[in-house]
Amino acid sequence: MNNLLWLIPVLPFAGFLILALAGKHLSRVWVALIGAGSVSLSAIIVPIIGIGFLSHPPATGNYSQTLWTWMQVGDFNPKITLFLDALSLVFVFVITFIGALIHIYSAGFMASDKDYSRFFACMNLFVFSMLLLVLADNLLLLYLGWEGVGLCSYLLIGFWYENPVNGYAARKAFIITRIGDTAMAIGLFVIFYQFGTLAIPDILTKAPVLWHQGASIATITALLLLAGGVGKSAQLPLQTWLPDAMAGPSPVSALIHAATMVTAGVYLISRMHIIFQLSPIAQMIVAVIGAATLFIAGFSALTQYDIKRVLAYSTISQIGYMFLALGVGAWAAAIFHFMIHAFFKALLFLAAGAVIEALHHEHNIFKMGGLKNKLPVIFWTFLIGSASLAALPLISAGFYSKDQILWYAWAAEGGNPLLWFIGLLGAFITAVYTTRMMILVFWGEAKTEIGHRPGKLMTVPLIVLAFFSLFAGFIELPHNFGHFRLFSDLLQQVLPETILKAGMNTELQFQILALLSTLGGIYLAYVFYYKQPQRIEKLKQSRFVMNLYLFWFSGWGFDKLYNTLIVKPIVFMANVNKNDVVDKLYQGVTFITIRLYQSLSFTQSGSLRWYIMGLVIGAIIILSMQIML
Amino acid sequence: MILIYVIGILMGGGLLSLLLGQWNKNLPRWIALCTVLVGFIAFVFFWINQYHTINLRLTNTWMIDYRHDWIPSFGISFHLAIDGLSLLLLVLTFFLGILAVLCSWNDVKERVGFYYFNLLWILAGISGVFMAVDLFLFYFFWEVMLIPMYFLIGIWGSENRVYAAYKFFIFTQASGLLMLLAIIGLYFIHGRNTGVYTFNYFELLGTAIPPHIAFWLMLGFMIAFVVKLPIVPFHTWLPDAHSEAPTAGSLILAGLLLKTGAYGILRFVLPLFPEAAHDLAPWAMLFGVIGIIYGAILSYSQTDLKRLIAYTSVSHMGFVILGIFAFNELALQGVVMQLVTHAISTGALFIMAGMLKERLHTRNINHMGGLWTQMPQMGAIGMLFAMASLGLPGLGNFIAEFLILLGAFKANVLLTIMATIGLVFSAIYSLRIVQKVFLGPSERSDYISDFSFREIVVMAALTLSIVWLGLYPQPVINTVKLMVNKLAHIFPPENKNVQQENYQEIPLSTHKYLVKK
Repeated sequence: MNNLLWLIPVLPFAGFLILALAGKHLSRVWVALIGAGSVSLSAIIVPIIGIGFLSHPPATGNYSQTLWTWMQVGDFNPKITLFLDALSLVFVFVITFIGALIHIYSAGFMASDKDYSRFFACMNLFVFSMLLLVLADNLLLLYLGWEGVGLCSYLLIGFWYENPVNGYAARKAFIITRIGDTAMAIGLFVIFYQFGTLAIPDILTKAPVLWHQGASIATITALLLLAGGVGKSAQLPLQTWLPDAMAGPSPVSALIHAATMVTAGVYLISRMHIIFQLSPIAQMIVAVIGAATLFIAGFSALTQYDIKRVLAYSTISQIGYMFLALGVGAWAAAIFHFMIHAFFKALLFLAAGAVIEALHHEHNIFKMGGLKNKLPVIFWTFLIGSASLAALPLISAGFYSKDQILWYAWAAEGGNPLLWFIGLLGAFITAVYTTRMMILVFWGEAKTEIGHRPGKLMTVPLIVLAFFSLFAGFIELPHNFGHFRLFSDLLQQVLPETILKAGMNTELQFQILALLSTLGGIYLAYVFYYKQPQRIEKLKQSRFVMNLYLFWFSGWGFDKLYNTLIVKPIVFMANVNKNDVVDKLYQGVTFITIRLYQSLSFTQSGSLRWYIMGLVIGAIIILSMQIML
Repeated sequence: MILIYVIGILMGGGLLSLLLGQWNKNLPRWIALCTVLVGFIAFVFFWINQYHTINLRLTNTWMIDYRHDWIPSFGISFHLAIDGLSLLLLVLTFFLGILAVLCSWNDVKERVGFYYFNLLWILAGISGVFMAVDLFLFYFFWEVMLIPMYFLIGIWGSENRVYAAYKFFIFTQASGLLMLLAIIGLYFIHGRNTGVYTFNYFELLGTAIPPHIAFWLMLGFMIAFVVKLPIVPFHTWLPDAHSEAPTAGSLILAGLLLKTGAYGILRFVLPLFPEAAHDLAPWAMLFGVIGIIYGAILSYSQTDLKRLIAYTSVSHMGFVILGIFAFNELALQGVVMQLVTHAISTGALFIMAGMLKERLHTRNINHMGGLWTQMPQMGAIGMLFAMASLGLPGLGNFIAEFLILLGAFKANVLLTIMATIGLVFSAIYSLRIVQKVFLGPSERSDYISDFSFREIVVMAALTLSIVWLGLYPQPVINTVKLMVNKLAHIFPPENKNVQQENYQEIPLSTHKYLVKK
């Protein structure tokens, strides 16, 4: 099955090429068939390869396939090599499977858009880049996918290009993630000179040999890679692009948030986990960034009124959980949460897209309401997605993945009570804002009339995703609860097992606390937004609450901070110097030259008296000089 | 003999189109097209022929040469020779030459014969610069490419063309004179040392020059080359010249003329004055970094599209100087790649700026916007080359910049980090171009046509090249490998002492010449 590996990324790429070159001449049906078909074919090939991989595990633990040598300069010879092991298998599965569902949904969702083929071309390229990112055997090829993902996000966020706001959001996404990418590029330079190669397997075998535990070079390298991950995964301090990225069509958001892009950072850190393990400081920073981000984003989600922005902040917050898990050394738990999150977040975005479309492009949740009976399929699937996001105990998949992270945040070797507490608080907030959104959108009275209902192309992917959002959690059950570990057993081939602190045997108590915080959050939102909405009005009277609200609403003021500190000074400097101050120097030289010749040509007046005068003065000077000397 | 024929064909073709242009307005462009096509095909065949032997060559990097006495009493000969670097740049010259003719096709309506005469003579001068291995001859060609370019800008340019032409001429001429002085100085020092007065490059290599004099001589060459390249603060002729020149002029300026500066440093400054160059390295790298950042920031604030692209050239050429003075194989390979890929990507941007000017009669990006709706093809290609310009992996420029930075990182960590930050700025200005020109609300309601067939041919050639170089750059790397290796080994990393013997070598006919003496 190894020899099919190349087809996985190549199919979407072929789809992109066909649509980009000939999209104009194809009918809509063909565009949809090529666009969605190429990714679906990849999604079919992945299980074929996956089953082969699991039933006859290769001796090396991975498949690899070299297509060609990218370049060879001295000992620098990165190859175009695809590499599949258990970790990339999980990612490839999520990318192609969810990607295919999103594509099918898009065939219905975008049906009336005039740029149908451009949309599918970009989506295919997006999936291709992400596949290349997770299948890359070396960091340079990974970087190609990494930047490709950035490009596609730019193209798709700004898809409706006529509105300059969308263009601004697209550029913001590209430039902010590029800041992280640049740090990562420097990280690649460091790695190359340390190990003499960029091939990931070589780096991972050489690192523990060449670097000792806690070496400062390990910390530097890990932090540079982390900077890349922070940019793409929208974590502090580079998280500001993601809420604005909502400017793109809803399927794009689903693709960015679930299957591609924002999970790249999680992948990079888990892929390079050996380097992070060598530096406890870097590990700690990963955990702290994760905790801080999930906390900040949670509060921001609480205050948003645009349904997609609520979801965007919830993504930032959920990725924060993954970073937290990576930071405390709960590698498999992070990847598990990534997979579950991908299912329910794709579901939520697609369902939100259907809601928005049904309500004539209304994004404001305060203008929705009462959709429970009008859009039953959307309601039930959205409910399942929300339950998973809020980690509703026992029945939702999100519970199993998030509970694990909370437990490890304290119990794992790198964990501590504070991280756990922030995680718990985050879970509480998540439950509050999720319930708030559910109530405002689906209960209460209808405020906007429904336009048209989603067709089969849109509802079937929702139902499939809802199924996984409910049941995917059962492949990995807690220690005290069946102790079924299909997922982490698979990942154990690649990622180290989570080491627990000594004497931590009370997982049940933690689960009860997590359960209480979720239920408490749901109850709180129920009281404030359903039972007694007047309480909100009362709260709004307070100045302090209002200011806090605005502060959270603006994403804790990060945009403003960056604007004043970085953007404005640079733009100001650039504009002041528009005419290039260096040129003034040369203009000065020409100015002086012109003045000089003007004053000299003044003597060339054509008047005889002046000439005679000049002759006489000259003669006097020469004579007097002769006398003096 | 191919070398002298090629120059002869270009110059002859130029004269022919000048003469026949008097009768018929259509003839000159066909003559020009045939001339450059013949040159291109000749060099491509030559390249393919040589390619399989390139890896077998161990010592002699020179492929062929042509030599004829010119002014023997002064030791001046008409001596041309090419190695991998020259060959590569010559192929590039003729490739861009074809495009330059094609994009002038309907553009030029006045004094057609004289226009193509100038165009072909510029190409002849550039080809000569890339081939000459006699310093006097080199200077001669250096001037040959300058004067027709002056006419090209001054006659067929836009509103402010005379000012731009003067500025271009004075900058290049003044710095060229410094080089002439340095050449003559070198000539006399070598003559006094050995008794042989000659301008032959191979004999002048390894001349023992007292260090303080070597520094000044090197500076003479260096200034001529960095003004051409250009580096900040000698760059101010470039935005004017680029923005006022006709499209083909901008294409040749950005694609080829700037490259002669880099070529000069690689061919003359490093091998002739290795020690002095070595001492200059930290400063040169610093100026490279300043150029990268300064060019990028200035480019961000421009509203004239061609001026904007011109400043991106300043930024990209900063990478070249940074890479050259890192003195290692990775960086030097990156430099060569950058010369080629920058020519293609910036050339493409200039050609598109020309097409936009033709359609909209403005270069001001504030008067553009939303053009994607009417020109999706140009929008897509514009996007692609903006991405190339910001160094997106998969396109040629990424290979170049990554190799340069990777190599430079070994030489100077701090400066490399600063240069890498330039990648963020390049993203900012590149995306601004796309946004202002193609995206946003449409500013115009009149009909604007997308690519014509001729334009598709031009852009397809450029697109295929940049993608090819991004995914499989090995042919370029292999072609210059030997030359770059020799250059990188002038400076053994552990030992600051310079080993010039490594570099010195003599091609066949020179050898005979020496024996005869």
